[in-house]
Amino acid sequence: MPARLLRLPSRFVATLALAPAFAVMLVVYIGATGWTIWISLTNSRMLPGNVFVGLRQYESLFANERWQVSVHNLIIFGSLFVLASLALGFLLAVAIDQRVRGESLLRSLYLYPFSMSFVVTGLVWQWLLNPTLGIEKLVRGLGFEAFRFDWIVQQDMAVYTLVIAAVWHASGLAMAILLAGLRGIDEDIWKAARVDGLKTWRVYVSIIAPMLGASFATAAVLLSTAVVRLYDLVVAMTNGGPGLASEVPAKFVMDHLFERQNLGLATAAATTMLITVAAVAAPFLYWQSKRQRLLAR
Amino acid sequence: MRRVGVMGSVAIEPQGRKPRHMTPARIGIYAFLVITALFFAVPLYVMIVTSLKTMDEIRLGQILSLPLHPSLDAWRKAWSSACTGLNCNGMQVGFLNSVKILIVSVPASILVGSVTGYALSFWRVRGATLLFGAMLVVAFIPYQLFIYPLVRVFSVIGINNSLIGIVVVHTIFGLPTMTLLFRNYFAALPTELFKAARVDGAGFLRVYWSIMMPMAMPILVVAMILQVTGIWNDFILGLVFAGRENLPMTVQLNNIVNTTQGERAYNVDMAATMLTALVPLIVYFGSGRWFVRGIAAGAVKG
Amino acid sequence: MRQGSDVDVRGVEIGYGSVTVLEKLDLHIAPSEFVVLLGPSGCGKSTLLNAIAGLIDVQAGQIWIGGRNATWDEPKDRGIAMVFQSYALYPRMTARGNMSFGLKVAGLPQQEIGRRVQEAAETLKITELLDRRPSELSGGQRQRVAIGRALVREAGVYLFDEPLSNLDAQLRAELRVEIKRLHQKLKATMIYVTHDQIEALTLADRIAVMKDRIIQQLGTPQDIYQRPANRFVASFVGSPAMNFIAGELRLGSDGARFAAQAFDLALNGYRFAATPRDGQKVELGLRPEHIETTGAAAAPAGTEAIIEMVEPMGSDQLAWTRLGGAAASLRLPADSTLRTGDRVSIAISPGKTSLFDLATGQRL
Repeated sequence: MPARLLRLPSRFVATLALAPAFAVMLVVYIGATGWTIWISLTNSRMLPGNVFVGLRQYESLFANERWQVSVHNLIIFGSLFVLASLALGFLLAVAIDQRVRGESLLRSLYLYPFSMSFVVTGLVWQWLLNPTLGIEKLVRGLGFEAFRFDWIVQQDMAVYTLVIAAVWHASGLAMAILLAGLRGIDEDIWKAARVDGLKTWRVYVSIIAPMLGASFATAAVLLSTAVVRLYDLVVAMTNGGPGLASEVPAKFVMDHLFERQNLGLATAAATTMLITVAAVAAPFLYWQSKRQRLLAR
Repeated sequence: MRRVGVMGSVAIEPQGRKPRHMTPARIGIYAFLVITALFFAVPLYVMIVTSLKTMDEIRLGQILSLPLHPSLDAWRKAWSSACTGLNCNGMQVGFLNSVKILIVSVPASILVGSVTGYALSFWRVRGATLLFGAMLVVAFIPYQLFIYPLVRVFSVIGINNSLIGIVVVHTIFGLPTMTLLFRNYFAALPTELFKAARVDGAGFLRVYWSIMMPMAMPILVVAMILQVTGIWNDFILGLVFAGRENLPMTVQLNNIVNTTQGERAYNVDMAATMLTALVPLIVYFGSGRWFVRGIAAGAVKG
Repeated sequence: MRQGSDVDVRGVEIGYGSVTVLEKLDLHIAPSEFVVLLGPSGCGKSTLLNAIAGLIDVQAGQIWIGGRNATWDEPKDRGIAMVFQSYALYPRMTARGNMSFGLKVAGLPQQEIGRRVQEAAETLKITELLDRRPSELSGGQRQRVAIGRALVREAGVYLFDEPLSNLDAQLRAELRVEIKRLHQKLKATMIYVTHDQIEALTLADRIAVMKDRIIQQLGTPQDIYQRPANRFVASFVGSPAMNFIAGELRLGSDGARFAAQAFDLALNGYRFAATPRDGQKVELGLRPEHIETTGAAAAPAGTEAIIEMVEPMGSDQLAWTRLGGAAASLRLPADSTLRTGDRVSIAISPGKTSLFDLATGQRL
């Protein structure tokens, strides 16, 4: 009897301890999301309106030139960034895996950009890509008078500068994840491959890379979450410019929430972002949970 | 059976250790590593070097050159007299703000996260699995969906544009990651420990404080690294919720650099950037393997 | 039928940095021979095997395979094939893929690859499993595929690194027989590493017993079992283990005797390998099956023993008693009715025993 009494308060305390988490999930995550979605279905502009207008805000959104450019930019940025980071990360991981000298120094070097803010990254690359005083001037100074590297002020090239800066920032992350995956591979596989007479590159391509599926997926997902959230880098590096050339959805939402004061449009944009993320994350989470259940068996 | 060497002379009979040659492949790998190392190192180098130059030197456009007369003038200016709008008190303002935010937010988010993670791993509470699953999911939602409602609610409560506001925000948004981190760690500990403590009569809080947390040293270090780096580097939340008096260093940095009229003082800009990057860089280089462990742990979303 | 290659290890030294693992090791393996490297973990057997394979470099000495100096050759150029303890199958390929990948990369024609894979699969009875992935196979099946991958190389020497250690006892027994059949069919040279003395005794033409990185004894299973060269080999090989009784040698006019506490044995018929000294401290080694019981009573004193415990083992029984002050086990037929407390008289044939110097452990 006393034992039971002792246990009851503890379980109660446990529920109490989880209350903040429950509250946050309910109020913030679910509540706020719901409210935002609701606003996107009303006639809100500067202030939240109460009239339900269905998908009218979404119609204006998709007709909005700035939004169209933002989405277009994000697709270009997203695919290039993720692919380039994965590729570079993989090559770096493989190179380091070759038992090279100075391994820990190199690893720290490739990963340090990831420890810094995207704002810092953006500002540094803004400086490096400065047409009059940065890399362009340097190379011209070396004698290549006709060298052009003023992408950052060019309408159709600005997005690519974002890619460069972001890859610099994040490929260390991809490398770290892939290197951990590489290190987890059974050494006997390497021995068997050597006896089979396989060249090292062949082993990486035909045997190791397929085995790294999970690592690639994890890295890809982490990189992709950075893609949707892309805001700090853009604000710091180009502020969406020149003109609208490097606008992105996250910035669209922020600008319309605060400067342009168009709640309806902003929340519609935010909801669209959510749907996109859900469409990509859902299959991944589903696959993850299936894997967990498989591994647990 | 003797082997005939290149010169036609009789060569060595293979025995003992195999001679190791530098193959083209190996040279290629080192070349690749060096080139990429440069790609990663040069921006930092340029940042430092630019901050030590005078504006005259910078205007010459030799971005990679070492400063002729290195001076810390730009740093001094960045720290104490750089202007954000009408305020010309330098980055020290932002630095102090960031520190203030950090000092409260990091312990708060770790405390809440660790208790929640602990509760989820050992105690059977109704809805726990649902909560855990939900946390896995919401970690993916972009902040933009929460901003307007939170701003409204905070203004009503009266904590909008305040230190408390930004601390609460960081705790809220740090909750999923921290909970996952601690929960996964505790779940890997042997349950016998927990059962033994319970048999000994320890209650919820006692087990947490006297047994689990002392054992959680490794994950605490990881959590601290993740939170310190994440909160210090944050831009968007600080911009929205901290209020003008509490703007973190990242926000101030962007203001100083990107909203200057007239000619930009690139050396001051770079000095300010370096100052902002200093704290996370120190944490990074000082933490050794722990940083990578942090990435690995944060990467495991369930 | 091809003949296997011979393998000659000459004065080989292997080490990492300043640590020497193997010193001045010599071993000659005749063509088509099945040699087992037997020993406890850490004795150097896997290191030696990996060196023969070319996966580890030697610091000194030479390795000759099939009449060629292979000391500096890559594993693929040595005419070897290898089977690993963890199977080391490529997880994302089917069994067929695993078996054919090395050949494909070597540029063998499609037809030839197909033929070899088919042949190996039939030999190992895995033809229906060829299109499955390793994750869809059981441990025993995976090991067969791993052996298949080695077979298709049609090598001169097959190297096995504890291939059965990850399997349960029954599978181990099954695959052991298969490997022996394989050897009889292929007549290839096989070098097999294990810590299981039963595998060694059943499979080997010759066994190299290793301890502390030295070959303690190299000989046929019979030799190793009947005339172990030192105490370690004697205790490592044979199950149930050999009994050891500490005592002294007495040299007299009528030959040598072994004397221990309440135990005396005339050593007529014992073939000495080294010259005995009078009063030498020795250990007498007796295998349980070499101790005969001749029924109770009617026996001269000194050869009597009291049974302390009987362990039924199915096919026979193991009885425990004390001889010369030491615990000793002896075999009884399954239908024996002897019980704890019974007195029996013991007969030991000296020719079947082993004598070891107490200090050095060497055979006398």
